[in-house]
This record gives sequence, C-alpha cells and structure tokens, in this order.
Amino acid sequence: MAEEKELKNLVIQGAVYKTTYTKRFENRVNYVSPDPNELYSFIPGTIIDLFVKTKQKVKEGETLLLLEAMKMENQVRMPFDGEIVKIHVKKGEVIPNRHLMIEIKPTK
Amino acid sequence: MSLRSNVLDLRKRKKEVQKGGGDKAIEKQVKMGKLTARERILALLDKNSFHEYDLFVEHAAKDFGMEGKTLHGDGVIIGTGTIYDKPVCIFAQDFTVAGGSLGLMHARKITKIMDHALKMRVPLIGINDSGGARIQEGVNSLAGYGEIFFRNTLASGVIPQISVILGPCAGGAVYSPALTDFVFVVENISKMFITGPSVVKSVLGEEVSMEELGGAKVHAEVTGNAHFYAETEMECFDQIKTLISFIPRSNLKKALPHKPKAPLKGVKVEDIVPADPRIPYDMRDVLKSITDGSEFFEVMERFAPNIIVGFGRMNGETVGFVANQPMVLAGVLDIDSSDKAARFIRYCDAFNIPIITMEDLPGYLPGVDQEHAGVIRHGAKILYAYSEATVPKVTVILRKAYGGGYIAMNSRHLRADFVFAWPTAEIAVMGPEGAANIVFRKEIAEAENPDEMRQQKIEEYKEKFANPYVAAAQGYIDEVIEPSDTRSRILHALQVSENKSASMPAKKHGIPPF
Repeated sequence: MAEEKELKNLVIQGAVYKTTYTKRFENRVNYVSPDPNELYSFIPGTIIDLFVKTKQKVKEGETLLLLEAMKMENQVRMPFDGEIVKIHVKKGEVIPNRHLMIEIKPTK
Repeated sequence: MSLRSNVLDLRKRKKEVQKGGGDKAIEKQVKMGKLTARERILALLDKNSFHEYDLFVEHAAKDFGMEGKTLHGDGVIIGTGTIYDKPVCIFAQDFTVAGGSLGLMHARKITKIMDHALKMRVPLIGINDSGGARIQEGVNSLAGYGEIFFRNTLASGVIPQISVILGPCAGGAVYSPALTDFVFVVENISKMFITGPSVVKSVLGEEVSMEELGGAKVHAEVTGNAHFYAETEMECFDQIKTLISFIPRSNLKKALPHKPKAPLKGVKVEDIVPADPRIPYDMRDVLKSITDGSEFFEVMERFAPNIIVGFGRMNGETVGFVANQPMVLAGVLDIDSSDKAARFIRYCDAFNIPIITMEDLPGYLPGVDQEHAGVIRHGAKILYAYSEATVPKVTVILRKAYGGGYIAMNSRHLRADFVFAWPTAEIAVMGPEGAANIVFRKEIAEAENPDEMRQQKIEEYKEKFANPYVAAAQGYIDEVIEPSDTRSRILHALQVSENKSASMPAKKHGIPPF
C-alpha cells in the first residue's frame, strides 16, 4: 500500500521527514479565523423565511431568517447593531452545514 | 412400538426448519453474493463440529398479522462448535427469515448463547445480517437489543468477542459489534450505519450511497469501526480462524503456544532501517525480521496506518506488537493512531498477551484540526493504556524518540519492563533542528550568517544529545543493543518476564480518557 506512493515531505519541529500522507491528512481543512461579519449555517436545513433585505439597518437580537432543521425552526439573529451587506440564500432554499447565509457589518 | 417413527418425524421437522426462509429467499440471498447463515457457520467451524440449539424456537409476535406467520428459528441460528479443535459459541442471523429482523425470541436465542459463552469462558462469534428491529414487535425488539448490549459489556475483557458483519447492520444493531473486541467486514456485503442514506437525505439533504456511508472500506479506513477487511466471505473466515489461533480462550488463560520457528533467513533487520532518522522504511519488514516464521498478523491495517498493531509469535508464544510506521506521516502519533494503539494495548493486557513496542517517531502531529478534534484527550489514551497494562512490556527504540512521543511509547516511566535502544536511537526532548532553534536562538539571530550558525548549532546539538547514551546514563534505557540482537534480547526479556507479578491499586475501575 504505502510503498507504491511517492514520498512527500512532512515538517515536524524544523526537521523534514520523507514519508507518505494519509487521506485524512490530505483532506484536512486549513484553519481560517471566523469573520464576525459572515453568518454561516450551523446545521444543514431549509430557509423557511427571510425577514431582511440588503442595506437594511438591523438592531442586535432581531431575527434575520428561519432555518428549519431536524423539525426545529431555528431563529438566526443579528449579533450586533448593524446593516445587511449581502444575502446569499433564498426562501425555500435547502442549504448544507457551514454555508454562508448573510454578510453583515456593524454600524460605526 | 419402535422409536423409528419418532426419529423420522424429528428428522422431517429439522429438515423443514433448517431451510430457513425457504428456497425463494435463499435464492435472493445468493443473488446478493452472500452465503446463507447456515453455510457461513459450517464454513467457519471445524468440519462436523457444529451443534445447533433452539432450532424449534418460534417468534412471539401477536400484532399486525404476525400471529399466523411461521418464522423458522425466528431468524437466527445459535450453537457451539470448534475452530482448530477449540470450542466457540456462535450465532448467525438468517436474512432469509423476515430479513433477519430482531424480535423477542430472536434476541432471547442470542442472549442464551452469550450467557453460555460467558459461563463456559469460550469465545463468542456473532454473524450479523439483519434488517434491524422487527417493527411489529415494538418495544420487545428494543428490549432485545438492550439485553445483548448489556451482555457484550459484561463479557468484555473476559472472553474474546468477535463480530462479523455479513449484510446490513443498521440503527441500534451496530452497537453490539461496537462493544465487541474485533469487527470483521467484507467488501460489498457489509453495511453499518446509525441512520441510513434515505434518512440522511430527507433530514439533512445530503446525498450518499449505502456503500459510501457505511460500506466495508469506509469502516476499515475512515471510521476505525472495523478491524479486519476481506474481499470475500471465505477470506474473512480465514482471517477469523487466524485470529482465534493467536488469542487465548478467556482472560484466565494464555494463548496456546505454537511450535517455535526462526524468522525466515535473508531478512536482516540492519539492512532495513536507514541511519538517517528522516528517511522512511516499512516497519512491517522490521517486525517480520524478528517474529517466528517472519509472520505478522496485522490488526486495523487500513486505519491510521502511521501506527502498526498486530500479533506475532516469539519462540512459539503470542505477543502483541505496537510499532510506529515511519512510512506514513513519519510515524507520528495523532488522534486516530493513539486511539488505535490504546485499544490494542488494552486488549493485550486483558488477555495476558505481552506487548512489544517498536519505537521510531518524531512526536505528535501538529495542527489546528488535531488540537480542535481533541488530540489531548485522545493522545492521553495511549499513556493510560500503557500505564495500566501489567502484562510484560518490552520497548525497542530504533531511531527517533522525541518529546511526548518518547514518553507515550511505553517508556520506562510508564513502567516498561525492558527498554532497549539501538545505537541509532535519539532520545531527546525534540529533534536537533527544533531544539537548536530554541536553545541557540540568540546566537543564531546575532550571527553574521544565521543559516550557517544554525547548521553548526544543529550539528552541535546532534553530537551531544541525538544518541541513546544520555538516556542510558540515567538508566531510562537498560541496554544499547546491536540491531541484529533485537530478537534474541526480546526473547530473553520475555523469558525473564514469564512470571511477572504487577498490579494496580484496588479500585472499581479507572476513568480512562474515553
């Protein structure tokens, strides 16, 4: 199995090792710091209602949309006072987990 | 009146029931590329050794039109037999009878043979091929599963429990195999999942095939739920027989010794391993250079291949090997490899099998994904497993033994009985490259030519610390050995450890980092 693969480099504490990779290692996702201005889905589901429009000013705690998943309606709320920058989903759309739903920005 | 007519009547009844779900259902089973439950048992056990019990058990369902139906043996065959002349208890679900669905009497048959196996201290083999709970029997079916899981847990660490997945095994049913010691799967035949593709699709909108979700390869390579993978049922039965030959009948026994054999000639350990710790080799070749007959029976070959676990024999006696594999991810410890090794170590400890650790690793795998997925608690499992193991424990350090990896891989500090090191061993807090950068940070930064200075300092550090003699001076390793003496030193260590007496403080049980 391993012998047929081409050797690759793996750096650990400054030393370069010749070795092969596992699938899990190759498929690992590079970490990106979360952007507070991007609202992602936290579960796969359906957008059953959308209450805001682009450029609308929204207060902290106001409900932006309803995401139905596992027979539950999840209210996605505004995390701070701000404005809707861009909406990436439509009413009725089925979305996967970690899908960008809405971009927002805080009021200055 | 002669008995003759009664005997003939018995034979007729048996013949009728032994047909299971009947010719049509059997034809369907064959079309799916599967053997029948009875064929499987006969193929696995010694010839003419199988004895069946509860053949005439009938189902107990009264609702939904079930009362008039006949389900031969209620969809499961139980009995006893032998493998290599040693007794085993066995059950096999019969998919031709109501899809092998589990009802009250079906479960009662399984728990009967499980109780028997535990009482008699013989291995239990379960062949799973079932559509799941028999919906018509409602909560009685769930009760049946619960009774099975409970017994799996009672028997854990007392008798070997082997699960063979030869068909669907879905929903709650998967937890019985998950509680047993070894799970066998076969390409295209085994399917295991908690919720099937249709539910996944309707609830989550994710499209996935049964094979992609819970096929044999997935469990052997990705989830780590399966320990052995075969391409055909017959190959799978051969694997089970080989496994049985390596393990003891119960935790009260030792594995039966085989005739001692020398390793095959022409496999020289010193020709396999390069002196440069950054150049890989296949650790399996090293294992085969020291085991009897150069035989090594690998467990979980496809999962977390950066560590190797499995059985071999030394002077005829079964031993368990845990070995870093420099050929994959430089042999690092990570979440999956720690989990895999820890489980195997606990198996060996429970069943009186000495553990030989072959060490060559640069440490733990760095990365956000590892940290966030819990490498701390998963990595702790291997420390826990080695520390609590009281069977003979021998360590051979071939090359790298850096940092936390050194401690984890059955170091003296976790009560290894014997620690040997090759002259190429580097036992240090980290590799020379990393250490020089920290220790000589200032000198390197202030040098006219930092790169040159770094190289110089790396060499300096290498000279001083990248060897086995610093640890040897502390008594952390017992002996620096020539690689060609590896087998003879292990054999001697095992001989000395034969009557090893070690124990843990009295307790109900520890709290391992599950």
